[in-house]
Amino acid sequence: MSTVVLLTLTGLGLAALYFLIASGLSLVFGLAGVLNFAHGLFLSVGAYATWWAAPHWGLPAAVAFGVAAAAATGALVELVLIRPLYTRHTEQVLVTVGLSLAGVALLQSLWGADARIFPRPAWAAEVTGVLGASVPVDRYLLIGAAVLVLLALLAFLRFTRYGLIIRAGVENRAMVSALGIDVRIAFTLVFAIGGALAGLAGILGGMYFSAISPGQGASLLIFAFIVVVIGGLGSVTGSAIAAVAVGLLQQFVNYYGAPGAGDVSVVVLLAAVLLTRPAGVAGKVATA
Amino acid sequence: MTARLKPFAPLLALLVAAVLPWSTLSVPGLFDGALNSPGTLQLLAVCLVFGGLALGYDLLFGRAGLLSFGHALHVAAGAYGVDILVSHYGWPLWSAALTAVLAAAVLAALLGSVALRTSGIAFSMVTLAFAQVAQITVNRDPGGLTGGEEGLPMRTSGLPAGLVGVLNTVNLYWLALAFLTVVVLVVHTIDRAPLGRTLIGLRDDERRIAVLGLSPYRLKLVAFVTAGALAALGGVTYALVAGGVSPHIASSELTLSLIVMAVLGGAGTRWGALLGGILYAYLDQRLARLGGGLPGPFGQPLFVLGTLFILAVYFVPGGLAGLSRRWQTLLGSLKPRTG
Repeated sequence: MSTVVLLTLTGLGLAALYFLIASGLSLVFGLAGVLNFAHGLFLSVGAYATWWAAPHWGLPAAVAFGVAAAAATGALVELVLIRPLYTRHTEQVLVTVGLSLAGVALLQSLWGADARIFPRPAWAAEVTGVLGASVPVDRYLLIGAAVLVLLALLAFLRFTRYGLIIRAGVENRAMVSALGIDVRIAFTLVFAIGGALAGLAGILGGMYFSAISPGQGASLLIFAFIVVVIGGLGSVTGSAIAAVAVGLLQQFVNYYGAPGAGDVSVVVLLAAVLLTRPAGVAGKVATA
Repeated sequence: MTARLKPFAPLLALLVAAVLPWSTLSVPGLFDGALNSPGTLQLLAVCLVFGGLALGYDLLFGRAGLLSFGHALHVAAGAYGVDILVSHYGWPLWSAALTAVLAAAVLAALLGSVALRTSGIAFSMVTLAFAQVAQITVNRDPGGLTGGEEGLPMRTSGLPAGLVGVLNTVNLYWLALAFLTVVVLVVHTIDRAPLGRTLIGLRDDERRIAVLGLSPYRLKLVAFVTAGALAALGGVTYALVAGGVSPHIASSELTLSLIVMAVLGGAGTRWGALLGGILYAYLDQRLARLGGGLPGPFGQPLFVLGTLFILAVYFVPGGLAGLSRRWQTLLGSLKPRTG
């Protein structure tokens, strides 16, 4: 029993990370049609900015700085690199691919390829007992952050004017432009939000793994892609559901099955979902 | 005069490449040793292998318009297949190579038949996911077969004597050149055949091909399997040239670099991807060697190559192949008009 509780909470913690990365990816893809390979870079920027700032300013300010840096990177990438290639989707994907290669190499040259110890608040390193299981507190931190982000994101999309524009843009971008609304502002906004969430994921991931390395973003990104596709492109709720499914499946199969079987089972899940429901759990048909 | 010689330029290039190992010329700056020194030949062999791999990938990406993110899987299938058969089971090289390529083609047919049921970005994602599984499997070292993260060095006693040892690097170079020639022949034959034109039709307008009564699914599967088999052949050659396999060959970075090569050279053109592959592999190896001497981020090959790639996407949309055409247009417009 205690193993199941621990596995569930750890799986949910992982799901929280996947959700934070995938929700931004999903919105960016749904609205702008860009499959963003540079998303892993946003994550690393957030993590490294926090790691760099923490000794100077203390952890809370450093976390805010990291999120802001990642959001700024996202907005900057959209403005400088993505916008000139408007509607040329393959080129946009290629640019983000190049950016992910160059960005990781840049981080490596600045801070080395080795993992760095990531700071975390003392209370997050403690362990609490739940139903007979000893669960590290950082799991709750991850889950709590993801739930807050999910609620905030849904509220933003539902009750604000920009949320309305984004939702309408995901549904039918041409129509929104035809109504005289400048969708490009929404593009930048979505990239900034995606960047901020990815940065937050990088920081929380750093606390969860207690270390950061330049390549960390890329390995998380692949599972985030899978979450996005399973959840349906452009759907935040779909991403949340898919993230929970993927995180739990991965944890349980990795524990009870052969090593590595959890990662493989996630891919099998992806193939099964795509073959039976090409549009994902909730969302648009996945076409380029 | 030059126009009449132009069709023979590839043959001439092949001839020059084939006799190159007899030259003792040294090109300071470009290569460390003389052209026929083992180090240079090894570097050139890797460049040729990547030229072939990039052109094979371009059959999918540039011609059929299939943006696969899982090409590394097929390369790894060939490389690990031959290495495992030779090193663990003691098969003779040639039958091991043939089996590995055939098995990789069957695997490509299986995976392709699933992945091609989706299209667009979903296809990219499914291929990425398949390749990810392959990478994880290779890294986990199932049954001690793949050697895990350390990779699997080729057992030299199982190889023909002509492919072993530093002095025989020249044979590896010729092997790589032979692989490149095979890829060029296959891809260019497809280009000229009706299949090639249909693939380009698929890239530009899939619905139209379907309306004409052809099956896009089957055509794409043919392209996918052919590209997979060529990649496996490249994997076999790479395993021989590099003297073994490391898990890097199964990683998504390899696929991404193949995409970079194809785009840098000019996707969908006759020679673009090939040139892009050779140039990328050359820069990658040279920059890694020069690494320590360059300041800051320029010491990282991927930083330079990634930046170069982004710039190429913006400023040289047709890649290197497009550059020569633009240059000719420029020359043509500068020429004084007669009459």
